[in-house]
Amino acid sequence: MALDSKIPQGELSQKWTKYKANCKIVNPANKRSIEVIVIGSGLAGASAAASLGELGYKVKCFCFQDSPRRAHSIAAQGGINAAKNYQNDGDSVYRLFYDTIKGGDYRAREANVHRLAEVSANIIDQCVAQGVPFAREYGGMLSNRSFGGTQVQRTFYAAGQTGQQLLIGAYQALERQVALGNVTMYSRHEMLDVVVIDGKARGIIARNLVSGKLERYFGHAVLLCSGGYGNVFYLSTNAMGSNVTAAWKAHKKGAYFGNPCFTQIHPTCIPVSGDHQSKLTLMSESLRNDGRIWVPKQQNDNRKASDIPEDERDYYLERRYPAFGNLVPRDVASRAAKERCDAGYGVGTSKQAVYLDFAAAIERYGKIECNKHGNHNPDAATIDRLGKEVVKEKYGNLFDMYAKITGENPYEVPMRIYPAVHYTMGGIWVDYELMTTIPGLYALGEANFSDHGANRLGASALMQGLADGYFVIPYTIGNYLADDIRTKAIPTDHPEFVKAEQEVADRINRLMSIKGKQSVESLHKRLGKIMWDKCGMARNEQGLKEAIEEIRALKKEFWSDLFIPGTVEGMNTELDKANRVADFIELGELMCMDALERRESCGGHFREESQTEDGEALRHDDQFMYVSCWESTGDSQWTLHKESLNYEVIKPTQRNYK
Amino acid sequence: MEHYNMNLTLKVWRQQNAQSQGQFETYQVKDISSEMSFLEMFDVLNEQLISEGKEPITFDHDCREGICGACSMFIDGQPHGPWSETTTCQLHMRQYKNGDTIVVEPWRAKAFPVIKDLMVDRSAFDRIIQAGGYISVNTGNAQDANCLPIAKDKADESFAAAACIGCGACVAACKNASAMLFLSAKVAHLALLPQGEPERRSRVMNMVEQHDKEGFGACTNTMACEAECPKAISILNIRRLNAEYIGAVSSGRD
Amino acid sequence: MNWKQAFTSSIGKKLVMALTGVFLILFLIVHCYVNALVFLEWFGPLGRGYKAYEGAAHFLGSNPLTRIAEIGLLAGIILHIVQGLMLFFDNKTKRPVDYNVHPGNKSSKWYSRSMGLLGTLILLFLVLHLYHFWVPNRYQQLVTGHEKDLYLLMELTFKDLWVVIVYILGCISLAYHLLHGFWSAFQTLGLSTKKYTGLLRCVGTVYSIVIPLIFIAMPLSFYLGLLPDAETARAATQTLAH
Repeated sequence: MALDSKIPQGELSQKWTKYKANCKIVNPANKRSIEVIVIGSGLAGASAAASLGELGYKVKCFCFQDSPRRAHSIAAQGGINAAKNYQNDGDSVYRLFYDTIKGGDYRAREANVHRLAEVSANIIDQCVAQGVPFAREYGGMLSNRSFGGTQVQRTFYAAGQTGQQLLIGAYQALERQVALGNVTMYSRHEMLDVVVIDGKARGIIARNLVSGKLERYFGHAVLLCSGGYGNVFYLSTNAMGSNVTAAWKAHKKGAYFGNPCFTQIHPTCIPVSGDHQSKLTLMSESLRNDGRIWVPKQQNDNRKASDIPEDERDYYLERRYPAFGNLVPRDVASRAAKERCDAGYGVGTSKQAVYLDFAAAIERYGKIECNKHGNHNPDAATIDRLGKEVVKEKYGNLFDMYAKITGENPYEVPMRIYPAVHYTMGGIWVDYELMTTIPGLYALGEANFSDHGANRLGASALMQGLADGYFVIPYTIGNYLADDIRTKAIPTDHPEFVKAEQEVADRINRLMSIKGKQSVESLHKRLGKIMWDKCGMARNEQGLKEAIEEIRALKKEFWSDLFIPGTVEGMNTELDKANRVADFIELGELMCMDALERRESCGGHFREESQTEDGEALRHDDQFMYVSCWESTGDSQWTLHKESLNYEVIKPTQRNYK
Repeated sequence: MEHYNMNLTLKVWRQQNAQSQGQFETYQVKDISSEMSFLEMFDVLNEQLISEGKEPITFDHDCREGICGACSMFIDGQPHGPWSETTTCQLHMRQYKNGDTIVVEPWRAKAFPVIKDLMVDRSAFDRIIQAGGYISVNTGNAQDANCLPIAKDKADESFAAAACIGCGACVAACKNASAMLFLSAKVAHLALLPQGEPERRSRVMNMVEQHDKEGFGACTNTMACEAECPKAISILNIRRLNAEYIGAVSSGRD
Repeated sequence: MNWKQAFTSSIGKKLVMALTGVFLILFLIVHCYVNALVFLEWFGPLGRGYKAYEGAAHFLGSNPLTRIAEIGLLAGIILHIVQGLMLFFDNKTKRPVDYNVHPGNKSSKWYSRSMGLLGTLILLFLVLHLYHFWVPNRYQQLVTGHEKDLYLLMELTFKDLWVVIVYILGCISLAYHLLHGFWSAFQTLGLSTKKYTGLLRCVGTVYSIVIPLIFIAMPLSFYLGLLPDAETARAATQTLAH
């Protein structure tokens, strides 16, 4: 099948405007008889379900959690970017577009990213109108801060809980549509297959996680808003329940998977403390606004941080990247941390950590506060006290979280941080309209591959999720559904529904009947270790080949020695997990294959064979200027299709943050 | 911080489903690290149960960083356990010492029926929001965000109320199983903003009505909710809710 | 929105409690003021307290307005009691399966959780109190048109140690009831704002201690003979008049 990205003709800045002016629309009366299924209730899912409900479509929205408000978008901390230029610091749609393309190391589609930058401003307007309490200045205007990979202040935020506030806004809009009867919410339901009839996505099979029953739902179109797949690494900043199953089922049914190996490793997370670790906790990138990252200049230095004098500290990001300093993009910061730790400069008991230090910020803010109070000869204690108050107001919740997890007081001793899996730029391949290679099946938000290339900039995930849900899909879905207004709701006793349900039931029965010895969790942990060691922050050919073999062996073990207690009937959380891990194992294999195939370094994908003299990622635009689109052709079998990336406006160069 | 290992006795509520009778089961767990979170300790116990061929304990949890509001255990008489302003997932085992016995129960409320073991149904909260916990603005309606200046203190106060994670600890802690703190946080969040003004009267009336319909009790101002709230939502919000209610009741408008 | 809904929702019921509560708080001030007049015996010539107290009691007892207010007061008390009991029993049904381990005093004060119990104790005390004073006085007023010598009635009533103990216990119950109820009423009425909540709590605490203490002082003083007997006091008023 030839890939058509359906990018509109014309000048880049006019593409979206022209598209909107020319796309087909469904009239209000017809919308009432068209049903749309939305999988997931995070920023993308909730905003899409709410917006489509407002338009008059009949929406069914599914989430595996007990409430749509629990979706993992809620945990996003730092902020959301928008090209508002409220700070008068030279921001513009073009600059946001340029930063995002460059941040993504020139592996994203220009047209998509430009559209994202265009609608970014509308998102802030919409969220404020919904009552999202963004941080404000004393004059009542919205406040901004900086994030990595940019030199302007364009990040809007609500303390360290921006994702929560945005999701609550979208959730409230969604619940309003539920109250109005436009959206039906199915909580504690997990999508286990997509139903394709005559080549079009026409429904899903979902498992009611409380009753354990399989249920069939029809929709004229199906939207996957099911998030990313970072949990393939077992340890990540994702929620425990975040999974790839919905996207993977779509992939197995024909949707291509784009750039699966593009994984974002976030530089500032709380380090692993032991084998019991169930997840990793992010310390927001916003901390890099004020915190300075350093390691001792001496290898294997076992002194306490406070005992290491200033001139024996290596502020390696400021040293290596003077222009961006501590605010280099995530992939760069993560690799630099790994490089220092691998070279023996790591700190803490595990030596797999670097310091994130607020002492300088506390002193700086303390002095500013003293000046404000007219105290021009303050003593050190006053500066310290006032400085800590400012830091507490800015980052208090993050500092509290750090203290609870580690038992250390970050106001007194520097935080220890280390990179961790955070986000997946890869995902289901979609065209400009966010449609996958299965007609009628869409992917939004982190679930799709589209906007972040090989590396996502901070505060851009929230922007993309909401852009897709609020401002893109309401237009593009009409363009498809306008041809579907004569299609009556297909009864769910259609043979394809019956067949799909049977397949799901068979797989569940197969899982239950293995009756081996190993728990899902233990197998998932082993998968995670393979992925982290061999397909993590640095990858090489040999490691990836080994990983593929190991994963195949693990898959065999999984299907022959898994033990799931309980029964198929009723709630069975082990069965839920087994369903997800089975898909993670298959995905892991594909990720390694993709990483193996892409013999270049770009963004978060670092092939050790391809680096510059000073250890930066080295792209090979001549060979790899494309999106890898994997088509599933059978068990452990894929065919690679390539969507070449044509840069019309930006000229790709070696990224430089120096 | 010194690390240590401990052995513990756990008394956990087990209940097969909503219809069945539940009972406490006693379990021993060994070599629990003081660095584990409370839920990681439960992971260890569950792995142990699975290795014995038994069903693991079902409990709600997701983000494990204190923000999604899914986790919901009533630990030794306190929702989310003994640490203040902390969810169960952020409670860490250095709170406990070797030989301790910990009793873990589900949230108990008429409006929160048990689904299985420690998992309860909190969909009543969603229905309270459906009754009016939003601003009726369709996508695309919005004017420029900075056209509407909002005083910083108002915005901050609104944010503090909006920080509610909807976990239900307030209901679990309240002797009347009242959801007033949850309800008031949403009413206050929206009432403090100019955007919330047009619907403020109908919002408070409808949300209170739904709150009562769901089977939550009436607030008697014991303040247990505030003390147990993992996000330190203030009872000043309940004050505001009451004022909003009186305003709506006494309003001359129909 | 209608008035019925306004007062029957969970907040509406609380509003009834708060409004009647504030009314009773105000009543207690009047009651306490009038009763405290007897202590003027300690601050002036013999009979001064007796005279002031009897004068005030007579003024209230013979004034038709107070008769009307009394009906209002009775209605307020009954409403407070009935609504309070209904709330108590209704709230009890909201947690059909109780916890095995109770939070105890970790997150709330015992008296805040025991308003129903404290209220019931106060009700029992109130019945006794009315039986001691209000009923005989109104009865005599009805039959003879004259009021009783209430000072004398107090003196006689508080001769019994057990009566004094019951009164002290009743007033302690009242103190704790007020310790929660005073601020709680203002919270329910939406008046306990960030700015005023500290002040209201402070005033509430002082009120909850001072008023019951003054009430306790009366039976205690009579029992311990710290106040002159009615006969002596009345006799002294004759000389005071001249």
